Amino acid sequence: MQEKMPILEMKNISKSFPGVRALSDVNLRAFSGEVMALLGENGAGKSTLMKILSGVYKRDEGSIKIEGREVEINNIKDAQNLGISIIHQELSLLPNLTIYENLFLGNEILGGFKLNKREMIKKSEELLKSFDFTVSPKTLTKELTVGEMQMVEIIKAVSKDAKIIIMDEPTTALTEVETEKLFKIIERLKNNNVAIIYISHRMEEIFKICDKITVLRDGSFIGEEDVKGITKDKLISMMVGRKLEEQFPRIETKIGNSILKVENISWKDKIKDVSFELKEGEILGIAGLMGSGRTEVAKLIFGEYKKSSGQVFIEGKKAEINSPKDGIREGIAYLSEDRKKEGLILKLSVLENMTLSNLKKYENKVKRIDRSKELEDCKAYTKKLLIKTSSPNQLIKNLSGGNQQKVIIAKWLLTSPKVFIIDEPTRGIDVGAKKEIYQILNELKAQGKGIIMISSDMEEILGVSDRILVMHEGRITGEIERDKANQEIIMKYAVGITD
Amino acid sequence: MDKLKSVIIKFKSLIGLLALCVIISIITPRFLNVNNLLNVLTQVSVNAVIAIGMSYVILTGGIDLSVGSILAITGAISAAIIVKSNNVFLAIIVAIIIGALIGGFNGIIVSKGKIQPFIVTLAAMTIFRGVTYVYTNGTPISSLGRDFTFIGNAKVLGIPFPVIITLIVFLIAYYIINETRFGRYVYALGGNEDSTRLSGINTDRIKMIVYVVSGIAAAISGVIVTSRIGSASPNAGSGYELDAIAAVVLGGTSLSGGEGSITGTIIGAMIIGVLNNGLNLMNVSPFYQSIVKGLVILLAVLIDKRNKK
Repeated sequence: MQEKMPILEMKNISKSFPGVRALSDVNLRAFSGEVMALLGENGAGKSTLMKILSGVYKRDEGSIKIEGREVEINNIKDAQNLGISIIHQELSLLPNLTIYENLFLGNEILGGFKLNKREMIKKSEELLKSFDFTVSPKTLTKELTVGEMQMVEIIKAVSKDAKIIIMDEPTTALTEVETEKLFKIIERLKNNNVAIIYISHRMEEIFKICDKITVLRDGSFIGEEDVKGITKDKLISMMVGRKLEEQFPRIETKIGNSILKVENISWKDKIKDVSFELKEGEILGIAGLMGSGRTEVAKLIFGEYKKSSGQVFIEGKKAEINSPKDGIREGIAYLSEDRKKEGLILKLSVLENMTLSNLKKYENKVKRIDRSKELEDCKAYTKKLLIKTSSPNQLIKNLSGGNQQKVIIAKWLLTSPKVFIIDEPTRGIDVGAKKEIYQILNELKAQGKGIIMISSDMEEILGVSDRILVMHEGRITGEIERDKANQEIIMKYAVGITD
Repeated sequence: MDKLKSVIIKFKSLIGLLALCVIISIITPRFLNVNNLLNVLTQVSVNAVIAIGMSYVILTGGIDLSVGSILAITGAISAAIIVKSNNVFLAIIVAIIIGALIGGFNGIIVSKGKIQPFIVTLAAMTIFRGVTYVYTNGTPISSLGRDFTFIGNAKVLGIPFPVIITLIVFLIAYYIINETRFGRYVYALGGNEDSTRLSGINTDRIKMIVYVVSGIAAAISGVIVTSRIGSASPNAGSGYELDAIAAVVLGGTSLSGGEGSITGTIIGAMIIGVLNNGLNLMNVSPFYQSIVKGLVILLAVLIDKRNKK
């Protein structure tokens, strides 16, 4: 039997950004009336590929064919004209407009010079009805649930005669009932001969609604398979495949007493019953996919978020932590994954950033900051952590990512913490500086501090951690000792498969 | 060359002020004499004190529109105390406490209520102007004794007393913002609130305090104005918030917070004062004065923006 012709065929697509090759020779096909799953770890290149398809980026090499005809997609408008529509993770509806205004945004129906509202409302009603969606089109979008907004967005795409709809992790923010509704809509779209490209980390969904899968890894094309006849294990090994290289300086330390104990902490409906223990001289890695709740757990321990329930013990004693200030007093340091937003103060100098959490130490009797003492500490840590800066008074925004991260590490070292929580320690940092950061972590470990390292980088998690926790949808789904850890097991837990 | 450029940028407000003085003294010979200059300084003092308080607020990224109304109510209350008891010390202390309380009111709503400072202080401006009208019944409170009018009119060693008060306020404000932990937190908060809070700093408290500082500064100005005129008008201080904001901005402080200096603010207030004085000496009509002032502010901010790029 001859295979049917794909409506979309992307072939040998390559794309580089300064210093990074994001995609090399990637293929992707989509078929009318079918759902193609696009899979891969964080950073595998899925988003880049979809941005090329929807006209946000331009490819460096390769070809795109739609219905067998080669096309050029230079901007978002081109993509729309070709019938490609993308439903983003972050929804793009305007919250303060009504449903019908959103549906017709940019394609308003006019009666003379003024908007023909009646006609737009009537058409919207029909559209909504055809999707069994019983809401008045005059409802403000911000009054809808996330699931309903997504529905509106899908309806909007369909109303524009989309032939290819890309859905980027559409169920992340949906409840179970809403997810079921979405699946029904997907079935209906399939019956209407729409091709769907479906990005998701959730295995169950893939097996439930997808017809084919395409796997990317590190910007390369790994393969395309039919969902029938593939196993979960095979899928996971396609996604993580590569062997771990020995590029992490490792030291063995004696693991000491319990330094931090977290008992049954929960928060809103995002974090559910998380418990674990951290010991002196240990690096505890927390793995999981984006949105699995890792950062939230860190912020709950540190006091940035207030726990709905549960307790935190420091060195066996119950700790009352309700603000970052309390967290620091209890000996916890938290280094955010987002340095610019939650770590640095860009308008201040290296020195001022470094001493910010510990200024009290430099106050003399008349409440004056002793600058010479400040400078002494700043210079000492600049030397110790090999921070490259022209002067302590240099504005921190002029430093490289790696050096900024070291300044923040110095800032927290100055507070003499017992527990160091570091979220994505090497994000946006070049390779050389990465190794230096690992060495600093090792040194802290040798000093008997407890370290929690949250990371989305598999190699980093495997290379640095002594023990690994994996989170999925606000729960800890697995705990793995270092010698038993590998990417397959982590991935399994990360997508919610428990033993 | 680069060094010269960086020096020029660093002292740009001061250079602007000096240039303005040179231009005015060329146009009118009446500008450059001791009496006139002391007169300018006295006139500047009220705005300068308010603007110093305003700088604290703006450095955190906030704004305080209520200072003119605080000036009016604290002026009226201090005048009433003088009329009743002639106790100068009590009048000053009560004025400052009222100013601090109103500032605290602003600060609590801004920090705990998480409402934009513009809205909160706009409301406070309207409320306390109304309170002043109610309190004074809409008529000025006058015939204040000599003990009180001394504050606004006397000279010590030839220097007008309001100028001395301004200098003291400046020195204290300068010390706090540049030499203490609180001052550093003000800059940090204005630079990045999330990072500051995650550094273990109680950002709500800092926010609250800066509005208290602004309220106290406005109250001090209220006392100066009232004693200088010898009467508390319920309309006193209206529009002063804009002059104070203009002084802060002319001094190179960014309205988005985290950047700027108290010294700059003083120079900014002087630029406005010198400009007012110069235009008066040149007999420019007040209608045109307003236009010139507006243009100078625009020009200064445009130059500032260019230099930063």
